[in-house]
Amino acid sequence: MANLGEIVEKVRSKNAGPFWLTIDIFCGTAPAFAQVCEGLSTERVASIFAAEAKTLKRFEIPSLNVVKFSLPRPVIQGSVADRDMHGASWAALLSEVELN
Amino acid sequence: MVRVLIPSGALGLNYDKTALERGLASKPDIIAIDGGSTDSGPAYLGRGISKYARASTKVEWKGLMEARARAGVPLVIGTAGTCGTDSAVDWLLGITREIAGELKQTLKIAVLRSSQSNADIAKAYANNRLHALPNAPDISEQTLLDCTNIVALAGAEQISAALETGADIIIAGRTTDTAIIAALPLMRGLNAGAAWHGAKIGECGALCATNPQSGVVLIDFDDEGFIVTPMAETSRATPHTVSAHMLYENSDPFILYEPGGHLDVSAAEYTALDESRVRVTGSKWVQSDRYTVKLEGAVVAGYQSVLIALLRDKRYVENAQEWADDIKDKCTQKVVDRLGILADEFEIELRLIGKNASFGPLETRTNDPHEIGVLAIVTAKTQDLATEIAQILNPYLLHHPLTSEEEQPTFAFPFSPADMARGAVYSFCLNHVLELSDPMDAFSLEVLTHG
Repeated sequence: MANLGEIVEKVRSKNAGPFWLTIDIFCGTAPAFAQVCEGLSTERVASIFAAEAKTLKRFEIPSLNVVKFSLPRPVIQGSVADRDMHGASWAALLSEVELN
Repeated sequence: MVRVLIPSGALGLNYDKTALERGLASKPDIIAIDGGSTDSGPAYLGRGISKYARASTKVEWKGLMEARARAGVPLVIGTAGTCGTDSAVDWLLGITREIAGELKQTLKIAVLRSSQSNADIAKAYANNRLHALPNAPDISEQTLLDCTNIVALAGAEQISAALETGADIIIAGRTTDTAIIAALPLMRGLNAGAAWHGAKIGECGALCATNPQSGVVLIDFDDEGFIVTPMAETSRATPHTVSAHMLYENSDPFILYEPGGHLDVSAAEYTALDESRVRVTGSKWVQSDRYTVKLEGAVVAGYQSVLIALLRDKRYVENAQEWADDIKDKCTQKVVDRLGILADEFEIELRLIGKNASFGPLETRTNDPHEIGVLAIVTAKTQDLATEIAQILNPYLLHHPLTSEEEQPTFAFPFSPADMARGAVYSFCLNHVLELSDPMDAFSLEVLTHG
């Protein structure tokens, strides 16, 4: 099975304020969108970030072929333990996940 | 109709001059630009300073002040100086006066201040007027007293008050990104859903279109909706680029909370008017029962010194984690012994660049790099202590062997001195709203003249 990043147009992550992280998966086409909706569970995404699945918000937006996840930031932006001020590198971790 | 010209997503990011000229030729009613955000981290709020160079800010602001004079319409900036504290507002006010002198402009300047008194906010907390937002950190009255800066995010009401003074230029402290754009259409009684939605679409300039770096975008607001027109010839807005912008840095792509209510775009319709313009209708504004403004605060989380070393020796690269863990243990003990402090009064962290510096324990890849950068971060209660600990760490990073039997190794240091003092490090400590009985209660408005 392919990695997420190989079947979609782009995976983008950004801060949504200092306390939330949001990840936009631009699937590009309706078939890729269906494949992501089907093959990427909220639990799987949560496990990548060592988060509890119930803390994640999941949005499936067919008009844009986008699947979006928002979660409490794994570490608060800019805290001593934070490694990425803008939250943009988290996308790389998700794009390497294998779809079911 | 109200026509708002937005030169770019933030002052300091530059804008396309030709596109700005096109925007001016379209006769806007107001020029609005954002000056900051929390996105670059807590130090700017903590220190009350701008992240952009003064020279860049001055060049870009001068261009906009000239544009304002020619257009004869108000120029408004929100979240002046990255963080929107009073100190950042005063910094931009100083630059504004300097430019006005150079351009021989006579100006009426409205200054909206957003900084809060720690004692007032602590009192509001004690009176249950602070409410936590999702994933807010725990706070106490002491947290609020400890903040080096607290700002409240002004909304459309406060920007409207500033516009009503008839000022040529409005320099606002911390505001929501959208308020500076939504205020005028709201004052003119246009559709509130469209005012906030159009403001959200335009707040990052041409990021809602193709060729986002061109910056300049024009938003036309009316009774039912709004129209997005990018000003660079190479930039096109499509229903896709416009609707996709609601995703950007927004935890919910359909809902946006603002002072006094929220925007709901779940029923919005996006229609292409031609190849580069999009009309949006069906956005809804839902007023809330109580009026609240969001707060941001930063506290000092410690002081840091950092060192960088490079591993290129094959065996050390292969065993870098073991090497780093051993250094951390041995150096921590040495600091405790030599400085007589407890191990929980400081922190030594070694991040291995090329191995797992981006994600730490969450990293899933295990490829073998040929070199590793060692980013050593020391955090302590004072800068003197952080520097002292960094200097105790220095010989380990230079010479620490994997085994005691081998010849003493030496690693690469790119700098002398090897340790770099970072000063205070800050953390964001508030994700709360403050309840107000009058929108102006947490803000002050002053009208100044120049020339």
